[in-house]
Amino acid sequence: MKLRMDIQKRFGVFHLNADFKIEGDRIGIFGPSGSGKSTLMGILAGLHCPDEGVIEINGETIFDSRRGINIAVPFRRIGMVFQRPHLFPHLTVKRNLLYGYRRCPAENRRITVESLISALEIGHLLDRGVANLSGGERQRVAIGRAVLSNPRILVMDEPLTGLDDNLKFQIIPYLKNACETSGIPYLFISHSQVETRIMTDRVLTLEEGRVTGQMSGEELARSRMKDHIAGYINLLKLRRVRDSHGMAVYHWGDRELFLSSADDHPEAIFELSSAEIILCKQRPESISARNILRCRVADVFETGRRLGVELAFGKERLIAEIVRQAAEDLDIRKGKKIYAVIKASAFRKLR
Amino acid sequence: MPMFGFGPSDYSAIALSVKVAVTATLLSLPFAFAVAYLMTFQRFRGKIVLDGIVNLPLTLPPVVVGYLLLLLLGRNGWIGRTILQPLGIEIIFTWKAAVIATAVVGFPLMVRSIRIGMETIDRGLIQASRTLGAGRLDTVTTVILPLSLRGIVAGSVLMFARGLGEFGATIIVAGNIPGVTQTIPLAIYEYASSPRGDIMAMALCGVSIAISVIVLVFHEWIGRRMDRVG
Repeated sequence: MKLRMDIQKRFGVFHLNADFKIEGDRIGIFGPSGSGKSTLMGILAGLHCPDEGVIEINGETIFDSRRGINIAVPFRRIGMVFQRPHLFPHLTVKRNLLYGYRRCPAENRRITVESLISALEIGHLLDRGVANLSGGERQRVAIGRAVLSNPRILVMDEPLTGLDDNLKFQIIPYLKNACETSGIPYLFISHSQVETRIMTDRVLTLEEGRVTGQMSGEELARSRMKDHIAGYINLLKLRRVRDSHGMAVYHWGDRELFLSSADDHPEAIFELSSAEIILCKQRPESISARNILRCRVADVFETGRRLGVELAFGKERLIAEIVRQAAEDLDIRKGKKIYAVIKASAFRKLR
Repeated sequence: MPMFGFGPSDYSAIALSVKVAVTATLLSLPFAFAVAYLMTFQRFRGKIVLDGIVNLPLTLPPVVVGYLLLLLLGRNGWIGRTILQPLGIEIIFTWKAAVIATAVVGFPLMVRSIRIGMETIDRGLIQASRTLGAGRLDTVTTVILPLSLRGIVAGSVLMFARGLGEFGATIIVAGNIPGVTQTIPLAIYEYASSPRGDIMAMALCGVSIAISVIVLVFHEWIGRRMDRVG
């Protein structure tokens, strides 16, 4: 998907002035609350009309104030998943799911209802009224409804914000599954760095109604490191292999990690703050931390008053952070072999 | 079988009352829905003016409404002379005039009820339906209409009940002709103003009360049904 927007919109004192071109199938729109993310997406979908500007999708103009082009919402084919599910209360789950599908011309239908229902695991809910669903089920149905309308772009406007942490990371696999099953390119709006990195490849950052940059998820995480108390959030995809001495042992690349918190699922994503990693010159003896891993310094970069240290463990990477004095004491530089020490309890399960 | 000594003109008054109220309600429904929709969901110039015109009959004495309708629809009236007479349609002093008077007087009540229903609809649902490919009319019929059904029912019941009691406007545009335009309130008025008509007036009052109770029970019943379904 290629998206170009150059629009202006005033809402009282708020002024949205966005001018960007972006390309990709998994795009994130990242910014704090009130930065204009939702307004921008509402404008893209046609729910709000910009004061002036141009919007192009894959080279096709869907809005141009000068040429008087303004394609109506249903013909833009931009599916929306909102913060709240907005399911039709007078229809069953099934009729909600099929609302957009029935209105989509047969030649545009690329997704079968059955495949999506199974990707979202909502087959058992079909005949229920929407009032009898849990929060997570509602959001899954809303995702299914939007995907089944076979849009050319799916816009997900903070679809996880209304859910509690636990539920949030249960929904992500469904979300990814649905998007992969359908192959529809999407824009994922979020103020959470972790969600954005998990869901997207390319990120557009927004602040106070202006586009401030475009970067990869990795660059986003590094750029935000100095403002965040937890520093850089490492995301580790781990596979559980066995239990040992009351800890769960997970495979991570060609290494093994010992974790105090286990998960029922064999595969899971864990987050690990850069501040939780201790670096040592020599292998420490008699230490309570259960993970002592030999690694190589792949990169050292400045981040505010601290230094970010990229560590290579075979193909896997972790970012640690240390103060400048520690870097001098340990003689941290690119290519140096050191030890990373991580407590078994430092990992937080996302799912 | 005659009840309470009702004569043919009394029965015809009861039947006419129901007929006028039902016709006026059904006739007003699509217009009231359209006006309520415009007032709730659309932004346009002159919205305040439309709101004022729609609500005017609520504040005006019904006699005034009736008199204005008479001026408008009568032989020398603006609509009467330009539209009705050339087409050979006679409205004044027929049951149709009673329908129009009832519809005009009850219209603001119906619009208000439907609007209250529509205002409770989450705008997000409307946006969702639009992004799912529904055109404006499609959204109206598949989202707004079903979700404002409660308001529509309440408005219809209110208008029907108000229509049964319509007196002031009706007596002016439709007159008080037994068997032709005489509804229950007009009949009661006539009995009450004639000597020894008290018992008949009371009997018709009883009929009025009975119809009102039936309408209220029906409203309650349909409300509970909707609760169970929705």
